[in-house]
Amino acid sequence: MATPLKRADGPQSVPALLHRNATQFANAPAYREKEYGIWQSWTWSQTRDEVEALALGLMELGINEGDFVAIIGRNRPYFYWAMMAAEMCGAVPVPLYQDANAEEMAYVMGHCGARFAIVGDQEQVDKVFEVQDGLTDFERMIYLDPRGLRKYDHAVLDQYSAVQEMGRTNRDKHIAELEARQAKLDYDSTGVMLYTSGTTGKPKGVVLSNRNVIETAKSSSEFDDLRQTDEILAYLPMAWVGDFIFSVGQALWTGFCTNCPESADTMHVDLREIGPTYYFAPPRVFETQLTNVMIRMEDASRMKKWLFDVFMAHARKVGPDILDGKSVSQWDRFKYKLGEAFIYGPLKNTLGFSRVRVGYTAGEAIGPEIFDFYRSLGINLKQLYGQTEATVFITAQPDGEVRSDTVGVTCPGVELKIADNGEVFYRSPGVFVEYYKNPESTADTKDADGWVATGDAGFIEESSGHLRIIDRAKDVGQMADGRLFAPKYVENKLKFFPNVLEVVVFGNGRDECTAFINIDLTAVGNWAERNNIGYASYQELARHPQVMDTIQSHVEDVNKSVAEDEMLSGCQIYRFVVLHKELDADDGELTRTRKVRRKIIEEKYDDIIAALYDGSKSVSTETEVTYEDGRKGSIKATLEVRDAKVVADVTKMAAE
Amino acid sequence: MSGVNTAAESYVTDDGRTIGPVVMEMKNITLRFGGVEAIKDISFDIREGEIRAIIGPNGAGKSSMLNVISGFYVPQEGEVWYNGSRRPPMKPFQVAEQGIARTFQNIALFEGMSVLDNVMTGRLTHMKTGLFAQSFWKGKAEREEIENREVAEKVIDFLEIQAIRKTPVARLPYGLKKRVELARALAAEPSLLLLDEPMAGMNVEEKEDMSRFILDVNDEFGTTIALIEHDMGVVMDLSDRVVVMDYGKKIGDGTPHDVRNNQEVIDAYLGVAHD
Repeated sequence: MATPLKRADGPQSVPALLHRNATQFANAPAYREKEYGIWQSWTWSQTRDEVEALALGLMELGINEGDFVAIIGRNRPYFYWAMMAAEMCGAVPVPLYQDANAEEMAYVMGHCGARFAIVGDQEQVDKVFEVQDGLTDFERMIYLDPRGLRKYDHAVLDQYSAVQEMGRTNRDKHIAELEARQAKLDYDSTGVMLYTSGTTGKPKGVVLSNRNVIETAKSSSEFDDLRQTDEILAYLPMAWVGDFIFSVGQALWTGFCTNCPESADTMHVDLREIGPTYYFAPPRVFETQLTNVMIRMEDASRMKKWLFDVFMAHARKVGPDILDGKSVSQWDRFKYKLGEAFIYGPLKNTLGFSRVRVGYTAGEAIGPEIFDFYRSLGINLKQLYGQTEATVFITAQPDGEVRSDTVGVTCPGVELKIADNGEVFYRSPGVFVEYYKNPESTADTKDADGWVATGDAGFIEESSGHLRIIDRAKDVGQMADGRLFAPKYVENKLKFFPNVLEVVVFGNGRDECTAFINIDLTAVGNWAERNNIGYASYQELARHPQVMDTIQSHVEDVNKSVAEDEMLSGCQIYRFVVLHKELDADDGELTRTRKVRRKIIEEKYDDIIAALYDGSKSVSTETEVTYEDGRKGSIKATLEVRDAKVVADVTKMAAE
Repeated sequence: MSGVNTAAESYVTDDGRTIGPVVMEMKNITLRFGGVEAIKDISFDIREGEIRAIIGPNGAGKSSMLNVISGFYVPQEGEVWYNGSRRPPMKPFQVAEQGIARTFQNIALFEGMSVLDNVMTGRLTHMKTGLFAQSFWKGKAEREEIENREVAEKVIDFLEIQAIRKTPVARLPYGLKKRVELARALAAEPSLLLLDEPMAGMNVEEKEDMSRFILDVNDEFGTTIALIEHDMGVVMDLSDRVVVMDYGKKIGDGTPHDVRNNQEVIDAYLGVAHD
């Protein structure tokens, strides 16, 4: 096993870092929250006092070392302090998803045996009370917002501020013990426990040590040159590892300021007001923002629209190059500067991105045009790849090497290897300690040498050294001639077209790939309306020749781009059908989170798949459907099978 | 309401709220519009801290009744007693100064102004500085504005409308406008709040939200609330006591339980064959 990095000189725990910041950056802002329309802020030394008061109050309530403290609420400074306070007392904070249903909450709180819960408001108090019967270890709850709670039984309820007050009055009684407990904390003690969302089976409690948290925070902060003067907006769920690392780990390490929005709805206004310099969002958020911009531009006056179109075209041409520091002609630079003054600057200001120095997106594939849009505006948006078990960071894109189709190079201290089946393994100082009370899963995921399986298949691009993730490892297969088959990779490419809602690609163990396609009824319907094409149903629109032509051109575009990729050129789509019905969770074809269930689709539509491979021009089929109210019916249809142009295989040609 | 003596001077409800003595009493009110008798000889009282509902079929005279309470209509006969003294005919602003605020059935907000400005208008009766001081906005005028803004912001926070603080009211959907109206009424820090069909035209989810807010207002601030509502389910869940009106007459008065079992009320709502 690689020797763990040592930082004998530096702070070895989250509370130790807090104490360091309280001295080093005493008067610099640490946390901000907008309340009653005004940004309230706390300096690092105030933060330390608040955290300490809460920790002392928890001591008064009898918190023991090793206790678990559940934390449930939206992003607020008080909850970040609660996590630090729990750690000060030698307890383990467990942030939970505030929108989790009672069942999930009961499972998680029961699994870790939380003795305390620190929650936001009445809603969460009710939820915990609802599941409390099954929780043997649960004792007390601390709430932030007293609204509606006055008549509740306060035998097991305390207000957050009251606990802090209790801590302040009893300071002398507990301070020695509190300091002793903090002194015991080191790199190996647990920093936080986070539950994975559990799409497969029960959620698992990922135990992260102070080493994981601090080493990751340190190396990632250095990787992106994060500074004490940076600002972030904390708006993603507190139970998600990313938020913990950004708003606690990196914030403590570099001493930057974490800003909490007033409420979930005001996020965009708050974003604008704060103008973060370091920003993270999942692709979905960027996509929605871009759509909003485009819709509003459609309504803008002609002059504005023209300016926008002209300068955005220019931005797409040279923006990314300027951002990457590549050579761009003086004239183009001048024109870009003009654009900055007229369009890009004001637009970035509206979006709240004026000051973003480092922006990240991750979680799923981001559409290239979305990605390029933001980069062309001069926003340094990059991609990273990570997971809870790695304390977020596995790979990230360094400045100047950003592309939409890779997830970057390994982060400092991370080692990467690709197994024979394409699965990505990593080893780093951020590798989690264990799944709490679940040694089998721990052993399944992490081997004795510390290598962790990601469950994702990918490869390292030779020319750049960047990692590319192609699919979930269990979905990746081989074509009959041994070439790699990665359905999701191709499906995602097709789904980036607004006309395409869902795609299922087949081809595992066969010579050629084929596909089922669902059109997006909103986008295509919109197009039909504008072109005076009448249609009565999804089925009718889906078989319209012009729609088929459009989809065919999309497929051919994708084939071209797939062919450019040596490893995946075998995944070009030879033939396709546009399905007569939308794939639906009610029919069991999709999961509730809208993921394709390949097995079931393959069995259900075996007649269509057969037609895709036997060369017939059309296929008649009858499909059973389940309506929302549970009634069943059937749809009969004749589907046209289309051939798509494929690009001759580069590698094969070279061999001939 | 089982086991609670609602006739006592003050009592505690099942959910722990204290209902105090009578704050407003309507004595034999009759209101006519020309030859039409909208309200016929109605008497009832409103007690401190309670949620009092006035229900009835269309045209029963509910809104007229609320307008009498708010002082907008002056009844031809009968007396309105408020806080132990008989209330003379008043101008609306005088009623507001007495601590009575209301919302309207057909939203009456300043459409062109932002939500915050609308809520601030609710503070008008609490502003003491004159036009001259306000135009210079120094010293007292400035302090006063800041204090009033704070109250307004707390109401905005309470009703969870922070996200639309700066949005012009005209751009808001109906359900939110209703909430803004409630915010404006609350900003006046009323002791008696009158709500004219607060849930009309809302979907189930909006109704639930609004019910929650009404209960919270009553619970947190101890505000006495009189409301008119069509939705029987909502009324029965929310209110402590209900007055039922039909064709301008009072046909029932009591706890939701009493009213629900009152044959005359059932007839008025479900219809009955008239001989």
